[in-house]
Amino acid sequence: MIHWLYLHLRAIAHALRRLAAQPLSTLLSALVVGIALSLPGGGYLLLDNVSSLARGVSGAPEISLFLDMDAGPEDRAAIEQGLKATPDLGSYRFVARDEALRQLEASGLGDVLGGLSANPLPDAFVLSLREEDPELFERMAEQMAAWPKVAHVQLDSAWVKRLHALLGLGRSAVLMLAGLLGFALVIVTFNTIRLQILTQRQEIAVSRLLGATDPFIRRPFYWFGGLQGALGGLVALGTVSLGVRALSAPVTALAETYGAVFVLSGPDWRAALAIVAFAALLGWLGAAISVRRHLAGA
Amino acid sequence: MIVFEGVAKRYAGGYTALAGISFEVRHGELVVLSGHSGAGKSTLLKLIPVIERPSAGRVLINGQDVSHLPRTAIPYLRRNLGLVLQESRLLFDRSVFDNVMLPLVITGHPPGDAARRVGAALERVGLDGRGKEMPAGLSGGEQQRVAIARAIVNRPSILIADEPTAHLDPAYAADIAELFRSFNQAGVTVLISTHDASLFSASRPRRLVLAKGQLVEDSRPTGRPAMEAA
Repeated sequence: MIHWLYLHLRAIAHALRRLAAQPLSTLLSALVVGIALSLPGGGYLLLDNVSSLARGVSGAPEISLFLDMDAGPEDRAAIEQGLKATPDLGSYRFVARDEALRQLEASGLGDVLGGLSANPLPDAFVLSLREEDPELFERMAEQMAAWPKVAHVQLDSAWVKRLHALLGLGRSAVLMLAGLLGFALVIVTFNTIRLQILTQRQEIAVSRLLGATDPFIRRPFYWFGGLQGALGGLVALGTVSLGVRALSAPVTALAETYGAVFVLSGPDWRAALAIVAFAALLGWLGAAISVRRHLAGA
Repeated sequence: MIVFEGVAKRYAGGYTALAGISFEVRHGELVVLSGHSGAGKSTLLKLIPVIERPSAGRVLINGQDVSHLPRTAIPYLRRNLGLVLQESRLLFDRSVFDNVMLPLVITGHPPGDAARRVGAALERVGLDGRGKEMPAGLSGGEQQRVAIARAIVNRPSILIADEPTAHLDPAYAADIAELFRSFNQAGVTVLISTHDASLFSASRPRRLVLAKGQLVEDSRPTGRPAMEAA
């Protein structure tokens, strides 16, 4: 085990020496890998931020029950009785038409209603169910729409469903992008290792004559690919973090114009580790394929 | 120790380098292999570390048939052999010390012990204190000495040298020949191919002469070497 570790440490040192011996080439490779990975990395981060936002608003999908404009206290009490008797109902609250008007004004849309002589908003009940089952929501909405003095039933979960569908689509797109650019990274590493094998042909031949095993010869190339990938991952991480820092203020300002609080957050340590590890893994893979392909003839 | 049994080597295209050669080298022998260019000397030597495989016959090293040795086992065989090739085949981007260190790195020797062994090997070939120099700054003879130090640093029981004096002037060549004689006197089995067998005549070696892929002479020394007798 100690011998195995010693051989790996030597291989790492060898790979680091090779990287340091060609600083410009190393930097350019890291930039290529980093920029390629920053696209899916940034896309994933954006989706993650929007997902957090969606999770916040969709935590309790709701049904809004708008009453007829002429519904009186007795009608409201009858509807409330009906709600209490509904087994799947989690909670409900009554929103009086005056309160609804105040909320609308607070959201910045008060000007729209400024020209009207009377409050056009109806009384409403806002309901949440015990389970977030879209089918149950639709069944309940249909059922309640038939109740007396209920003018309109609105499912507030519909737009959230659409948002989730869009996020799912975005995730698929990011995955495809990551796959494509990851493949490009593998090709970049493949070619770099091919050149490394060509330049070290003499060393490989001599080492073989002196009793070097195939794993001994391959190990430094694997580490070279992995380290080059990891360097690219660090560049990607830096690019994404810089992008978040640059966009954070404008995004927050944009959200404020809609009366929302939204702060764009950068990658946490887990995401950072994942980006670097993913890049290192792709580098290692590219090196492994290249070594398998080219070392036999070296 | 080294046994060739009816060994033949034919290359693609029909060229026959060796045609049914049989001989045996005992432990501690000094064997000089001579013959004209194309006689098959290099091919014969390449069969021992399995750089080439025979087309027919068997090659046995310490009783083990290496003719059909699996590819993965070849490195372990080579670690027990010292190889010196016609060209020094040094790594010119590494120091003398690092070149000699390479076999020990391959076998995973602890760095402290490896450094001591490298120092001893360089001293043995007369290059002590020159470990930090780069091979390009050395003469041809000195480069070949570095290659010899690299071959002996693992303390092999068999030393194989393919024309180690080929590109050296006579003075350097005599020095190198003397080195091999001293290794042999220390108990190492030495097998050397050369165009100029007279370089080793003072050592009274066993001579194998090849011609057109066949063993045409096998002469064992009689009596003690002249130097020792004196």
